Amino acid sequence: MLTLNQIHKTFYANTPDERRAISDLSQTLNEGDFVTIIGSNGAGKSTLLNLLAGTLLPDAGDIHLNEQNLTPLPEEKRAKWIGRVFQNPMAGTAPNMTIEENMMISLGRTQKRSLFRGMTKKKREQFKEHLSTLEIGLENRLNTKVGLLSGGERQALSLLMATFTEPQILLLDEHTAALDPSKQELILSLTRELVEKHSLTTIMVTHQMEQAIDFGNRLWMMDEGKIIYEAEDEEKDKLTVPDLLSAFQEIRGTKMANDRTLLAK
Amino acid sequence: MITSLYGALETGLIYAIMALGVYISFRILDFPDLTVDGSFVTGGGVAAISIIGGVDPIVATLLGFVAGFLVGCITGLLHTKGNINPLLAGIIMMIGLYSVNLRIMGQANLSLLNETTLFSQLKGIFDSLSLDAAFFAPYEWLGLSAYAPRSFYAIVMMFLVVLIVKKSLDIFLQTETGLALRATGDNQTMVRSFSANTNVYIILGIGLANALVALSGALVVQYNGFADVNLGVGMIVVGLASVIIGEVLFGKKTIVRTTLAVICGAIVYRAIYAMALRVDFLEASDMKLITALIVVAALVIPNMLQKSSEKRQFKKSQKALGRVKQQKGEVQIANVKSNS
Repeated sequence: MLTLNQIHKTFYANTPDERRAISDLSQTLNEGDFVTIIGSNGAGKSTLLNLLAGTLLPDAGDIHLNEQNLTPLPEEKRAKWIGRVFQNPMAGTAPNMTIEENMMISLGRTQKRSLFRGMTKKKREQFKEHLSTLEIGLENRLNTKVGLLSGGERQALSLLMATFTEPQILLLDEHTAALDPSKQELILSLTRELVEKHSLTTIMVTHQMEQAIDFGNRLWMMDEGKIIYEAEDEEKDKLTVPDLLSAFQEIRGTKMANDRTLLAK
Repeated sequence: MITSLYGALETGLIYAIMALGVYISFRILDFPDLTVDGSFVTGGGVAAISIIGGVDPIVATLLGFVAGFLVGCITGLLHTKGNINPLLAGIIMMIGLYSVNLRIMGQANLSLLNETTLFSQLKGIFDSLSLDAAFFAPYEWLGLSAYAPRSFYAIVMMFLVVLIVKKSLDIFLQTETGLALRATGDNQTMVRSFSANTNVYIILGIGLANALVALSGALVVQYNGFADVNLGVGMIVVGLASVIIGEVLFGKKTIVRTTLAVICGAIVYRAIYAMALRVDFLEASDMKLITALIVVAALVIPNMLQKSSEKRQFKKSQKALGRVKQQKGEVQIANVKSNS
C-alpha cells in the first residue's frame, strides 16, 4: 500500500555539519499495518515522518501510496490521504477558534472548501457523536475556544481530528511525549481505540520501548538513518524490553553505550 | 459640539470599513500589513479619476474596491512567494504605491466638487423626496430640533453601506473558506496538515483586507469632495487604533461581536478626534501625534489594568500565606529550643 523506495536525505550536505538523516531506506506497508518506530535522538525517526508528510523532500528515492506517486506533492496536497498528530499539543489545533470550528477545518482535509456556511445541524450532531467517544466531556463544549483546553484535552482533540475523517495513513510523531503520565495513558488508549475503530494504517514514533512493544503489529528500530532491527507479528508479540536492548547492543556493539540510556524508558 | 459629533459619526462609519480591513490583516491573519497607507489612496484615486472620467459613481466605487484587492494580492504574493517579511512587504508596497497612485490620479490633487458622487446622488434623492423632514420629525417632537444635524443622507447611506459590509464579512468568516482563512492566521502548521494551501489563504485575506481599505478610500474621497495623494498617511495607525479601541471597549468574544466592536471603535476614535480638535491649543496638524498617543493608551492601559489586578491578587494571597508561615516559624523556633 505504502512503499518507500531507496529514500535518502542528508542535511547540510557538503559542509562540515553534514548529517545523514535517512540513508537508503526501503520499506513496504500493508493496509492495516500499525508500525511503531523507536530509536535514539537523531536516528532519523522524525525525518522519516516528515518525508512521508511532505514537510521535507527526499534527496533521492520515491514514495508511493496505492500507485500514486507522493514524492513531488507538497504537504497540503498529501494531507488529503495523510492524517498527522504532532508532538506539541498546541500544534494540531487553532487556539482562537472553537472546538466545532476546528472540527470543521479537519473536515476540509478530504473535501474542497466551499463558500457556504460550514456549520449545519447535521454536522454538529456528527461532531458531538465523535467527540463523545473521547469521554472527556468535549461534546458539551462545542463553542469553547480550543486555547482554553488543557494540553491533554487539546491532544485528544488533535487525535480525533486527524482520525475521524479516516486518512489512509496516520502519522503519530511522539504524540504523548509532552504530556504527563496520566494524560499519556489517556491519549494512548484513545489512539488504540480510534485506530481500531477506523482500521487505520498507522506509523507511530515513540521514545518508550514499552509503548513500541505494546502497540501495533510491526516494530522498526532506527539508528543513523537506517532501520537496524525489525520485528513482525508473532516475533514482535514475544519481544521484551531486554530483548530490544540486547538486539541493539548486538548490532551496534558497545560504542553506543550512551544511546542505551536514551533508548531505555 | 453636537454638530461635530454628527460629523464624527459620519466619518467614523466611513473609516470603519477601513478598520474592518485592518482587522482582517492584523487580527485574523496576524499579518501587520502596512500596504494600507497606499491602498487607501489607490481606492480613492481610482474612484476619483473614474468619476471625473464620467463613470457611474457606484461602478467607480466598486472599481476602487477591486483595485485595492489586486494591490493586496501583490503584498500577499511578496510575502508568500517572495518570502519577504510581512512588515517589509507592506512598507515596500506603501512606498511603491505612492508613485502608482500619482500615476493613477495624474496629479497630486483631484477635485470632485462639481461631479456626481454617491453622496450627491443620494442627497438628490433625499431632497426630491424631502426625506430629511421625516428624520427631523422625532427631534422636533422631542423638542431637540436645535441638536439635529443639518441633513441625514450621509449618515443613512454610510449606515447602510457599513451594515452590508459587516454582514457579508460575518457570513464570509463563517464559511468553510472563511474558517480556513481564520485558522491560517491562528496556526499555519495545523491548517496545512488539513490540506489547505496557506499561501492562497494569505494572499486572499490580504487582498480582501486591502479591498475594504480601498473601498473606504473611495468613499472618503467622495465624501470630502477631493482626492489627495497624501490622504493615506498614517491610515494604518488610525485603523489599528479603531480595532484596539473597539476590542477593549466592546469585547471580542465572537466574530459578529468583534466586527461590531471594530466599527464602534472607529466611531469612538473619530469622536475623540473631534473632541481633541476643539481643544484650543491643539491644531489640526497635531492630530497624528494624538492618534499615536491614542494607540499607545489603548495598547498599554488594558495591560496595566490586568497586571495591577494580578498584583493585588498576589499580595492578598501573600499576606494570607505570611500569616501561616509566621505561625509555623514560631512553632519551629519553639521546637529547636526544646531540642537544645
